[in-house]
Amino acid sequence: MKINVASGPHDPANQKAVYVFEAPVRLWHWLHTFSFLVLAVTGYLIANPLPSLAGEASDHFLMGNIRLIHFIAAYVFAIGFAVRIYWALMGNRYAREIFYLPFWKIEWWKGLFHEVLFYLFLRRMQDKTLGHNPLAQAAMFFLNTLMTFFMIGTGFALYGEGLGSGSWADQMFGWIIPLMGGSEAVHNWHNMGMWVMITFVVIHIYMAVRADIIGRESSVSTIIGGWRMFKDDQP
Amino acid sequence: MGIQQTFYEAMREHGITRRSFLKFCSLTAAGLGLGPEFAGTIAHALETKPRTPVIWLHGLECTCCSESFIRSGHPLAADVILSMISLDYDDTLMAAAGHQAEEILEQTIEKYDGNFILACEGNPPLNEDGMYCIQAGKPYVEKLRRMADHCKAIIAWGSCASWGCVQAAHPNPTRATPIHKVITDKPVIKVPGCPPIAEVMTGVITYMLTFDRFPELDRQGRPKMFYGQRLHDKCYRRPHFDAGQFVERFDDEGARKGYCLYKMGCKGPTTYNACSTVEWNGGLSWPVKSGHGCLGCAEDNFWDRGSFYSSVTNLNVPGGVELTANQVGGVLAGAAAVGVAAHAAASVISHSVDSNKGGKQS
Ligand code: HEM
Ligand code: HEM
Ligand code: SF4
Ligand code: SF4
Repeated sequence: MKINVASGPHDPANQKAVYVFEAPVRLWHWLHTFSFLVLAVTGYLIANPLPSLAGEASDHFLMGNIRLIHFIAAYVFAIGFAVRIYWALMGNRYAREIFYLPFWKIEWWKGLFHEVLFYLFLRRMQDKTLGHNPLAQAAMFFLNTLMTFFMIGTGFALYGEGLGSGSWADQMFGWIIPLMGGSEAVHNWHNMGMWVMITFVVIHIYMAVRADIIGRESSVSTIIGGWRMFKDDQP
Repeated sequence: MGIQQTFYEAMREHGITRRSFLKFCSLTAAGLGLGPEFAGTIAHALETKPRTPVIWLHGLECTCCSESFIRSGHPLAADVILSMISLDYDDTLMAAAGHQAEEILEQTIEKYDGNFILACEGNPPLNEDGMYCIQAGKPYVEKLRRMADHCKAIIAWGSCASWGCVQAAHPNPTRATPIHKVITDKPVIKVPGCPPIAEVMTGVITYMLTFDRFPELDRQGRPKMFYGQRLHDKCYRRPHFDAGQFVERFDDEGARKGYCLYKMGCKGPTTYNACSTVEWNGGLSWPVKSGHGCLGCAEDNFWDRGSFYSSVTNLNVPGGVELTANQVGGVLAGAAAVGVAAHAAASVISHSVDSNKGGKQS
């Protein structure tokens, strides 16, 4: 994944910006981010509700609204992801990266190893990458892509319980409930999935910002504008 | 035990009047949510069909299902149904005992091979060749298998027969195993609950005897008419849930006002049963109505899911780790935050060292 177009150690060709993230990928990223944050906040409040309200039940609809917002964000999250999968098929090769791991390539494992050493401060130079570096790709595959499938599957299975047996959500996702050992187990694992994703996001945002400040290549501006820019002219 | 005797004849023999019989038919139609026109259908079926014998076996259990069953809210229903089924074999209720009782089983197999219903209360333990439950000198599991071989269909009464319940709770030393995992070649209907509601039990058995088939079942083999919804979907405290009004302690103002018990660990949102509609003891009350959350007794593995008093319960990771998502997640996310902060500090130091060296880092 190194850029090997340049001949010498210092060559402006090494610094040429590349269009990596196409508009649908960038748009999805921010839709995904925003809907995830809404889902995490409302989801947490479903599992651990706010202090009880006084007065008549007819005066309030707090829990109802929190759940409603969770479900609206859930549709955004799920439909956005469906479109993103479509774009993985239609878009450039970087659009596919978060959906698979090239574990059959020795180069990829070397890159992964190198990144780990780099983040352990055992290597000074990070490899330049156009798409995601192997470590980021692995994290995104396991902790975002797979977890997103998991959250949508378990989420709509729970949603189907509310819509009722025979509803579309029950027919499509209802089988997940007995598979996981019952409704209570699905609630608890859905909740656990949130924590796994929060853990990913904490590290992800840190690494993105860190790469932007002291890394060799643009990061946050790439996921906003699409272009990968490089700060030095070395390979 | 005449083969040609109809249900109706059997009931008359036991002193049920025609009037009571017809009342029972309309009650049953209503109980099954079938509409008044089905009262006639049920009456006709019971008048013309030869009586299907019911054999009621008891494995590892506490007899709470039987106790619930004989306390059906409508004494009439209890009378009628008992006269319909207690004729055959139920070692708790029948008059015969010892060898005489065991003979009935063999006679039933002879006379009604493939034509009787096997109602199972409790489950067989499989460890040590089943010797944790011995009946008439033999492991219960052998009796169960023998009767199951010759029956038409099986009713799994209660959470023991349906899921395993308390005797199957971790670590399940006797390997108590639910019926559908032992008998795999016969149709099994699950009627879970610890115990199931009397009206649900009588409703299910009457449906099967009159229509000669199972009512519509859900994915897990429970009758949809009683287990199609969670308690939470029909709970009279649901408006308080939606409003965000919760009991926070059993002695607070909310408890007095009858707020939602979700924060007190009510398992209504995850439990499929008819408690919030049919209620208990002839519609007198049910747990939430008396101020305590549902324990989830009709759900698989409810003993091992952790606190009855918390809305977030254990993840049940294999290996018996008793932690909730909040506990594991809090540590995970907390560790990530601390790790990120430490890494950031180290990065600043390492970066400034590199910069001082005229570094090649950026
Ligand atoms: C990353 C995305 C998501 C996160 C972080 C998230 C988080 C949560 C959390 C923490 C809970 C509380 C679990 C509990 O009861 O203990 C919850 C409940 C729920 N979520 Fe999600 N969720 C996500 C996606 C979805 C999706 C896609 C759906 C689909 C409709 C969904 C539907 C539900 C439903 C139906 C409930 C149960 C609500 C209730 O019990 O009243 N969630 N979610
Ligand atoms: C303000 C918060 C966030 C920032 C600044 C941010 C930043 C970034 C950046 C810079 C990239 C490009 C990484 C690269 O160059 O290799 C990226 C990609 C990505 N981020 Fe975020 N991110 C944020 C929030 C999130 C959240 C909340 C999620 C998930 C729940 C997420 C999931 C992803 C995924 C899946 C990709 C890969 C995109 C693709 O290849 O399609 N991000 N993010
Ligand atoms: S008391 Fe239980 S079943 Fe009733 S609304 Fe509250 S959580 Fe649901
Ligand atoms: S309220 Fe819950 S615990 Fe109580 S009997 Fe009904 S299902 Fe079982």
